[in-house]
Amino acid sequence: MVNGLLAQSQFPSVVRADWLVLLFPAAGALILMFYGQRMKRAAGPIATLLMTASFVVSAMTFFQVVARPEGSRVFIQTLYRFFNAGSLSVKVDYRIDPLSIVMMLVVTGVGTLIHLYSIGYMRGDPREGRYFSYLNLFAFSMLLLVMANNFLIMFVGWELVGLCSYLLIGFWFDREQAAVAAKKAFITNRVGDFSFLIGLFLIFAHFGTLDFGRVFSSAPTAITAGTATAIGLLLFGGAAGKSAQIPLYVWLPDAMAGPTPVSALIHAATMVTAGVYMVARTHVIYDLGHSAAIVVACIGAATMLMAGLIAIAQDDFKRVLAYSTISQLGYMFIGVGSGAYVAGMFHLVTHAFFKALLFLGAGSVLHALADRADITKMGGLWRKLPWTTFTFVLGWLAIIAFPGTSGFFSKDQVLEGVYGAGHTSLWAIGVIGAAITGFYMTRLLVLAFFGKSRDTEGLHPHESPVSMVFPMVLLGIAAIIGGFLINGNGENGRLARFLEPSVGPRIVASAPSPGSPQTPVAGVLPHREGGLSGAALSAIATGAGVGGAVVALAMYGGLWDWQRRRENPGLAWRALRNKFFVDDVYQFLFTSVGRLVASALAFVVDAKVIDGAVNNVGTVTTRVAAAGRRLQTGLVRSYALGILGGSVLLLAFFIARAVR
Amino acid sequence: MERVVFILMAVGSVGSAVWMVFATNTVHSALALVANFFALAVLFVLLEAHFLAVVQIIVYAGAIMVLFLFVIMLLGVDRKDSLRETIRFQVPLTYLFVSGLLGLLIYTVRAAFDKTAFNGLQQANASGNTQGLGRLLFTHYLFPFEVTSLLLIVAAIGAMVIGKRRAASETEPEDEDA
Amino acid sequence: MIAPSAYLALAAILFSIGVLGVLLRRNALVIFMSIELMLNAVNLTFITFARMRGTLDGQVLAFFVIAVAAAEVVVGLAIIVAMFRRKQSASVDDARLFKW
Repeated sequence: MVNGLLAQSQFPSVVRADWLVLLFPAAGALILMFYGQRMKRAAGPIATLLMTASFVVSAMTFFQVVARPEGSRVFIQTLYRFFNAGSLSVKVDYRIDPLSIVMMLVVTGVGTLIHLYSIGYMRGDPREGRYFSYLNLFAFSMLLLVMANNFLIMFVGWELVGLCSYLLIGFWFDREQAAVAAKKAFITNRVGDFSFLIGLFLIFAHFGTLDFGRVFSSAPTAITAGTATAIGLLLFGGAAGKSAQIPLYVWLPDAMAGPTPVSALIHAATMVTAGVYMVARTHVIYDLGHSAAIVVACIGAATMLMAGLIAIAQDDFKRVLAYSTISQLGYMFIGVGSGAYVAGMFHLVTHAFFKALLFLGAGSVLHALADRADITKMGGLWRKLPWTTFTFVLGWLAIIAFPGTSGFFSKDQVLEGVYGAGHTSLWAIGVIGAAITGFYMTRLLVLAFFGKSRDTEGLHPHESPVSMVFPMVLLGIAAIIGGFLINGNGENGRLARFLEPSVGPRIVASAPSPGSPQTPVAGVLPHREGGLSGAALSAIATGAGVGGAVVALAMYGGLWDWQRRRENPGLAWRALRNKFFVDDVYQFLFTSVGRLVASALAFVVDAKVIDGAVNNVGTVTTRVAAAGRRLQTGLVRSYALGILGGSVLLLAFFIARAVR
Repeated sequence: MERVVFILMAVGSVGSAVWMVFATNTVHSALALVANFFALAVLFVLLEAHFLAVVQIIVYAGAIMVLFLFVIMLLGVDRKDSLRETIRFQVPLTYLFVSGLLGLLIYTVRAAFDKTAFNGLQQANASGNTQGLGRLLFTHYLFPFEVTSLLLIVAAIGAMVIGKRRAASETEPEDEDA
Repeated sequence: MIAPSAYLALAAILFSIGVLGVLLRRNALVIFMSIELMLNAVNLTFITFARMRGTLDGQVLAFFVIAVAAAEVVVGLAIIVAMFRRKQSASVDDARLFKW
């Protein structure tokens, strides 16, 4: 057995049939694309059933994998050979190992719940069939991404989820806001994808292959730390686009123009986490190219801080959650950038639970209030939407990392990992981030659900149907106890041991902090001698989170006349509310300058130069012809002259030749 | 002696040729050409082509030029042609090309035949120039001889056809440009 | 005593003068006469070569030239007469149907 890879004959039959996991949603996407509209109300249940089947197969695979001894949990199944081009041979094959099975479970599990929720949410929409087709297609694309065994197939999935994101954000394409947001998402993603692609070129140039197994096993000897850094940075460029980090995060808040279940699935639980997964999967490269990992962590920290601050000042329900997502993704990148891959993945899983839950709750609220999302006009919703409020509170508890919730465990692990790797400043920023998270989430909760109703339009909100409430309840349960179940009691818990073979011991090209000895099992949680203990770290982080929540509770619960303060916002508040004017800067830089270049090209280069050249060809031809036409005098004597001239020349030529 | 005759005749032929080309009166041109033919006939005699010299005078000067004069008289004898050129660049270009042609020809002649001398027609003309010509004509060149007679008949018929005056009903209006 | 090249040069000169006539005159008859001049220059050349080579073949060729020239003159003059009848003018510049 090499690297825990079994011979194919030793694969359990379930793993060999795991292409079903890919097949079910793909089939759903295809069928619903052609017949979805005709099926009307049946489209949703069919799509959901297919997703459930996918989940069941994933779960079965999971149990088979767990049943195996720890060293032999990698299965690769080749479906067919994609192409051979020169020295590059690409196969379509999928890889079942601890890391991918975790992602598969998240995608299919949360995906199924969201499909179920969508049945209720999208009821009555004229293009319901198309919606479920796109949702299934998205599930297929994301599964392709996480199950890929080489960079090319992963990139195919990468691009496909970008496409599905475009299709689903712009689902209500007759709304200009949605269409524009979809374009923005796709284009921003594309910029990131370009960087990713260059990274792939580099990988191929240095390794001669794109296969995960071969690249990762030969990395320590095949490339230098510098090359690894370059590759890592380029790949992270793609992750920045997909996972909404600085500078490519601007599409995510605008993407809230799409249907809310889409936001829940794509922008909370799955697509945006593709970047984190990618870093974890290619951890070998980041271990080697340590500078790239540092950059990842720093950008994650900066993003987390910036997005959190912006979230404080947003009045749109979904926008708060959008910036919250960006901020939490920053958390995950701080984790994986510091080498704490398991912690990053853990937070990915728990975030999937509670953020999806929060978004579904938002959908429920919007559904009740007929799409009015301004939280300053809400209040007192707990009376009319009890279940929604209850589940939302569960999600809130998880995200502020209230002790015992899943968010508590995962956030703790991330911060412990960062601290253990020696990045104290990053850890401090993480703690501040936890405080900010507590603050804005509590603000949202209090303003929207509690207090007196500030509704001015006389709306009559009603609770959502069971098909929408049921998934929220399930997610709520997962958000609360999931962390405990998965990770046991903190470090070296079950998840850590499970994932360790995939994210492996760190190969240290240069020790990050010479003062702290690293244990060989360093993919998990390196310990730091002489620092704070795990309990102290946990207490500080939790205190920050809960403290932020308490402050917000006080301020918005009645101690502060925030409504009056809104009339005259200070400079800081205005900066936050306008997202630090980043969008405006981009607009200026790219749109205005771009438009200038375009009009220069159109009116000068195209009209004058190119058209001029083409027209001049015609003009020149005409003039030459006009001049040539004067030869046709019609007079015999002119022609005789021509004959004479020609023959004299010929004669001269031949005589000259004969003389020589 | 031969040299004197040659020079005289050469000058004469060139002079009459120039006069022919540049005379405004067409009859003068024709007469100049006749003079030219005479000079050439003398040169033929110098070159031991006695038969051809006589043929030249009888046929060329005596028949062909007479034909020419008939037609000139038909078209009006006292017409004065203008020598002014209407086509642009015709005159300078003509002189240019013609001098080029002349230069090339003279050059070729000098380069190729400077060293050659006459072999003389003593032997060929042994039984007389006419006899010698006749022998060649009716043996080696019999076929062209017969074809030429056919040609003469055809030319006569053709001239008759072209020159025929058509009745008024037969003439169609020509589609000419303005 | 007289070198052949003298005769040949004389023939070349006569030929060139004939070309001048063809190109510079408008009267169809004068052009025709210039062509005859050119033919005669060629005849002179043939006869010179005959004497150079010691055979009579050149003279035979010159003989044929004279015969064909006669035929040609007959037809050509007929054409000029027909043209004159049409247009009352003997100028070759009046035949310009090929002008663009």
